[in-house]
Amino acid sequence: MARTGPKNTALRVLVWLGVILAVLTAVLAGGTMAGQASWTPKLALDLEGGTQMILAPKVEGGSDITEEQLNQAVAIIRQRVDGSGVAEAEISTQSGRNVVVSLPGTPSKETRALIQASADMNFRPVLQAGPGAPVPAESLTPDDQLPQPTAEPANGSDVNWITPEIYKKFETLDCDNPSQDKQERSDPAQPLVTCEPASANSPAIKYILGPVEVRGADIAGSSFQLQRGAQGAVTNEWAVNIQFNEEGTAKFKEVTERLYQFYIAGGGQSGSDPKSQFAIVLDDQVISAPRSLAVITDGRPQITGGFTEESAKALSDQLRFGALPISFEIQSEQQISATLGGEQLRMGMLAGLIGLLLVVVYSLIQYRALGLVTVASLVMAGALTYLAIAILGWTENYRLSLAGVAGIIVAIGQTADSFIVYFERIRDELREGRGLVSAVENGWKRAKRTVLASKAVNLLAALVLYFVAVGNVRGFAFTLGLTAIADLIVVFMFTHPTLQLLARTKFFGEGHPLSGLDPKSLGAVPLYRGAGRFRTPADKPAAVAALRAKNTGATAEAERRMTIAERRLAERQEQLAGSSKSASKEGN
Amino acid sequence: MATSFANFGNELYTGKRSYDFVESKKIWFLIAAVLVALSILLPVVKGGFNLGIEFRGGSEFTVSNVKTTDATIGEKAVEDVVPGSVPRVANVAGNTMRIQTDKLTEDETLQIKAGLTSAYGVTDNEVTSTFIGPTWGADVTKQALLGLAIFVGLAAVLMALYFRTWKMSLSAIVGMLVTMFVTAGVYALSDFEVTPSAIIGFLTVLSYSLYDTVVVFDKIRENTADLQASTRRTFSEEVNLAVNQTLVRSINTMMVAILPVGAILFIGAGLLGAGTLRDLSLALFVGILIGTAATIFIAAPLYAWLRRGEPELVKQAERVHHRRAHAAAKTDSPAEPATA
Repeated sequence: MARTGPKNTALRVLVWLGVILAVLTAVLAGGTMAGQASWTPKLALDLEGGTQMILAPKVEGGSDITEEQLNQAVAIIRQRVDGSGVAEAEISTQSGRNVVVSLPGTPSKETRALIQASADMNFRPVLQAGPGAPVPAESLTPDDQLPQPTAEPANGSDVNWITPEIYKKFETLDCDNPSQDKQERSDPAQPLVTCEPASANSPAIKYILGPVEVRGADIAGSSFQLQRGAQGAVTNEWAVNIQFNEEGTAKFKEVTERLYQFYIAGGGQSGSDPKSQFAIVLDDQVISAPRSLAVITDGRPQITGGFTEESAKALSDQLRFGALPISFEIQSEQQISATLGGEQLRMGMLAGLIGLLLVVVYSLIQYRALGLVTVASLVMAGALTYLAIAILGWTENYRLSLAGVAGIIVAIGQTADSFIVYFERIRDELREGRGLVSAVENGWKRAKRTVLASKAVNLLAALVLYFVAVGNVRGFAFTLGLTAIADLIVVFMFTHPTLQLLARTKFFGEGHPLSGLDPKSLGAVPLYRGAGRFRTPADKPAAVAALRAKNTGATAEAERRMTIAERRLAERQEQLAGSSKSASKEGN
Repeated sequence: MATSFANFGNELYTGKRSYDFVESKKIWFLIAAVLVALSILLPVVKGGFNLGIEFRGGSEFTVSNVKTTDATIGEKAVEDVVPGSVPRVANVAGNTMRIQTDKLTEDETLQIKAGLTSAYGVTDNEVTSTFIGPTWGADVTKQALLGLAIFVGLAAVLMALYFRTWKMSLSAIVGMLVTMFVTAGVYALSDFEVTPSAIIGFLTVLSYSLYDTVVVFDKIRENTADLQASTRRTFSEEVNLAVNQTLVRSINTMMVAILPVGAILFIGAGLLGAGTLRDLSLALFVGILIGTAATIFIAAPLYAWLRRGEPELVKQAERVHHRRAHAAAKTDSPAEPATA
């Protein structure tokens, strides 16, 4: 039983690894059949070819663009590109004037239009608000109970805007997982169903908004400051101030007069009528929806409540940006040819294959048959990495770049190192005179620690680089980290169990010269041969001499004086030297 | 070869064959100090590194499917338009030429584009042009350096916790710094372009360097764990033995890590020309060699040196020397006595 224990465990672990591989494959196969995933990983700009656009921002009215506005422009474009489902887009500013957008593949007409469009900020009254999650299918309002408009809407806050169609859309909208395909710009004269994305201190909220009442262009300016209390003393509350132009002031007054009624009717401070809220909408997304606590007649509303200095500044910046809408003109659009990308990929793969082949040859020379375990482990690690990249390409839109390929090639060496550390530990144990089965167990115990500690360093490097670095470096760090994890899985779930099983085979167990674990060529000498006797370098020839002497029978006296343990050890030594019997006999 | 290598491993393991890494530390430290000093001086004397276009900013043209990969054609096409400019023309990936120039005006760009099209005998849409502002490379570097600082800090803590001694942490970091400086020095010497890809390679080298050190230090930790109970070897000797015992691993790991990288650098460079992979592989090739050496010659001896004055270890060393003197006194008796 003692010997079948580890063997069964080893088999079980191998089966589990098979299950993991099968599940990953099944997931990918399912995704592929559903037409969402593909068997090949998604490729980034430099491998697939792609488009680089240089955009020149244009400010309405022809004034110069400031650096701050340019940064805002980049942030807005990034949000739009990410929202359109295009991944690994690199967006940077160039020479303080232009914005460069690199997109993998060829962007659709809609994506291009979206990128070029000017920021669209406006103010809409809230008609209805609700938590961000979609209403579960079973509690959806039945068709006959949906709100029906009874008359033409009288003003922006009139619930007659809500048609059954709009209400259905509102119920099914999922603001926790916003959909990635952005529709076209909304019609300012129509109501809008949209989200306020989740932020640090509030969950996602969804809204039905009335038509646009005040345009962003009517904002004359915006600032943020610490709020002043009733006595004029500065409080700890941050506030954002908006200043409207003349037209905006008039419209805003009209709207707040109406919304204030809802505020009072809804119970004032403790009320919760969403119709008292006025949503600030940027690119069809609500960035804030404050309640109207007063009628604003001077066109200088102040937004308060739950701001930090940072979030107040962010909102103020967004408002200012909306006040001066910037549109973008594509100055140059460059396609990185798929030929060049494909060639880079081919060469990268060729270099990787040559490298892999060299590693295989080297391991076979160094470790003989054991080298095959390295090769099989590398294949396993490769399969896991490939599946992971393909699945992440589907679920996370991860795209493999040339830097990522480089990360994988580098990882070949670092992955193989885990096996080398392990094999060398086993060899050390064999040199100490252990049998293979216990050498594998003891070597593993020691190698495990080393492998875990060193992989921790690798993972740490990958994680830090991934989170701190930009652009290419991230793609590289990602594959480096991914392969480190694949390596750990393989060492624990494939290499070690395989060796446990192999140690029980005749070929390895008897230390065949081609097995790479031949105790003879490893100069195995039992570590402990009785009290106070330690192996020293000089011992080796002495031990052999002792064996020879023993064979002649001249040491019968000495043999008689041995303890049982000593005799057994000597016998085993004889076995090792003569390799007449299975060394795995000793078991554990 | 394997047999002799296995033998080599056996002898290193038992201590029959031993290389003196720890005792000769002064020589290694001196060599390292000289190399680091040279690596710092060299870029200063040469006036900095050969920075890639991502750091300099400028215009870049790519010509695909060229009939000939002659660089002078491209140079001439640029010089015709902008006299006195020094374009960098390189063959990247097969039949593709890359021409980098200083920042050009829009007129110049169009003229050069037309010039290149006719010079290389390709069609209009096989020539692309890009401008690169100097911010991109600087941005990458800034973030990379920040990442490096965070990584070194966290790794130092991680190692100090794992090994339970800051001295190992410090030694490993010093070894890594030596690797970092010397790799940078080789870059300055070789005149290879420093591109964002090279920076990636550089960061990998640092992680490899620490990784390699952790493996060797783990063996040192194991060997010196119950040192107090033994009079076999002194602390430095145990450290030296551990380095020797893991020498085969160090060599094998270095070989396995460097083979794919070397394949890219030497085989791939011919096929690939300049580009991400080649830039990356040079940094890695040099760094892996130096990183492995730094672990053996710098980090391990430094660790032994850092702990040389600890009273317990000094006492233990005295016991070892005493035992040896004792044993030497009665050399007449050959091996240890058998159990009587």
